[in-house]
Amino acid sequence: MTAPALDVVGLVKRYAGRAVVDDLSLQVRPGTVLALLGPNGAGKTTTVEICQGFRTPDAGSVRVLGQSPRDASLRPRIGVMPQTGGAYPGLRCAEMLRLVASYAANPLDPADLLERLGLVEVARTPYRRLSGGQQQRLSLGMAVVGRPELVFLDEPTAGLDPQARHATWELVEALRRDGVSVVLTTHLLDEAERLADDVVVVDHGRVVAAGTVAELTSRGASGQLRFRSTPGLDLDQLLNALPAGCAAKESPAGQYLVEGPMDPQLLAAVTAWCASNDAMAADLQIERRSLEDVFLELTGKRIRT
Amino acid sequence: MTAWTRGALAPAPGAAPLPRMLAAQTVAELKLVLRNGEQVLLSLVIPLGLLVVLVTVPFIPVDEGGRADFFVPGVLALAVMSTAFTGQAIGVGFERQYGVLKRLGATPLPRSVLLVAKTLAVLVVELLQVTLLCAVGLALGWDPQGSVLSVLALVVLGTAAFSGLGLLLGGTLRGLTTLAAANLLWFVLLVLGGVLFPVSAFGAAEPILSLLPTAALSHGLREVLVDGALLPLRDLAALAVWAVASLAAASRLFRWE
Repeated sequence: MTAPALDVVGLVKRYAGRAVVDDLSLQVRPGTVLALLGPNGAGKTTTVEICQGFRTPDAGSVRVLGQSPRDASLRPRIGVMPQTGGAYPGLRCAEMLRLVASYAANPLDPADLLERLGLVEVARTPYRRLSGGQQQRLSLGMAVVGRPELVFLDEPTAGLDPQARHATWELVEALRRDGVSVVLTTHLLDEAERLADDVVVVDHGRVVAAGTVAELTSRGASGQLRFRSTPGLDLDQLLNALPAGCAAKESPAGQYLVEGPMDPQLLAAVTAWCASNDAMAADLQIERRSLEDVFLELTGKRIRT
Repeated sequence: MTAWTRGALAPAPGAAPLPRMLAAQTVAELKLVLRNGEQVLLSLVIPLGLLVVLVTVPFIPVDEGGRADFFVPGVLALAVMSTAFTGQAIGVGFERQYGVLKRLGATPLPRSVLLVAKTLAVLVVELLQVTLLCAVGLALGWDPQGSVLSVLALVVLGTAAFSGLGLLLGGTLRGLTTLAAANLLWFVLLVLGGVLFPVSAFGAAEPILSLLPTAALSHGLREVLVDGALLPLRDLAALAVWAVASLAAASRLFRWE
């Protein structure tokens, strides 16, 4: 395997003796999108800011594109979109993007980027008069205009309308297709589900789960299969026909629910059993766990402040 | 919106040549200053208005010589202070608060280039101020003495001292606190710094007050422009000490966020 674009091992950061990042490790494979998920205060932004060279860790090692985060020669190779702010309020939208482009040897064309981000109409509007969504999009443009190898996006679609969110997603997908690695911090699980190759769920400064979206949503717990059929089918007989570890019930009469590791074999076994009983399985519905279910299971449902 | 063509975003990292970054950053800094209404008020409108009023309305008596001869050097000192200290402190304070300086730290722009660009922008604004103030002064009958080089030495050292103080203030306090402190200090130094009347008017406090950067600059400029002194050493030394101390403190204490 080629060297990871980002390699974090045993990262620890303490504030006033309290570890906000506590022995955290993660890797970003080159050319992939990693989503960093976690409740507020989980340590996501601290982790990302250490990787960007803004903070020094108390322990552990961080290699960004094989370099130390503090290396000046790393700066052109990474793009950073912070959660908020980061632009001169008095500069116009296009001026701000051109300024950041002027720091790079081979920048993207700022005019083209403005158009793709839907900012042409406000190109001459001072940054402080842009709406929150427009500021977000400009900030995204500033992160990619220098044609970096690795991009950090901290909640890139917070406060965006659906059109702008899709434009952002398309940009992230295009970055990935063109071989740029992306670290995406987000609260939005559908965003992670759509964009991320790998997901790392962080809570209390630790990794509580990591893997691909498919791995996380299929891991361990079961899916549910609902169907309607003739009332009064023999459930014990059904369970005998299914793999071990499944459960079945009928409630109300004629409405069946099967719980178990949801895969094509289970589905086939249920429908075959119905057929052998000369019963029709209608309104078949498979409910798989979403990333949101996994996230809430891992981090609890209590609201963090 | 059209789809991204394949390869349009392919990585091609690299930092621009330093002169290009410096030029772009300096132009941006200048735009920020000249577009900011309060900064223009502080740097240009107030010094110019003050000069005209002080010279033409005799409510502050002047001992000897022409009124313009006394007031032009003081207002020049005020102008340097307004730009290098007050304007820069407020600008830096808010740039920190808005996360601009932090974010620029994650770009290829080196911090040294950022600081040089800020200094160049200050010098350009000062050139504008000095040109306008001298033109108005001459129109009001100002009769300058001394050498341009002596004036230049004072202005450069004064700029260094005020920039150091401005970066120290703006680099350590929050935006609004900086705004309040910088404006208060501007007013205090306007009154106590020999701009409106010589520091000798404060009697026993003179030895202390004359060491203030504004007082040293206004006094030094008067020594040159009124009396034709070549090198007002005491004032140059005072400014040099302020410059070294404030820049050293700023480089130790400055916070980028």
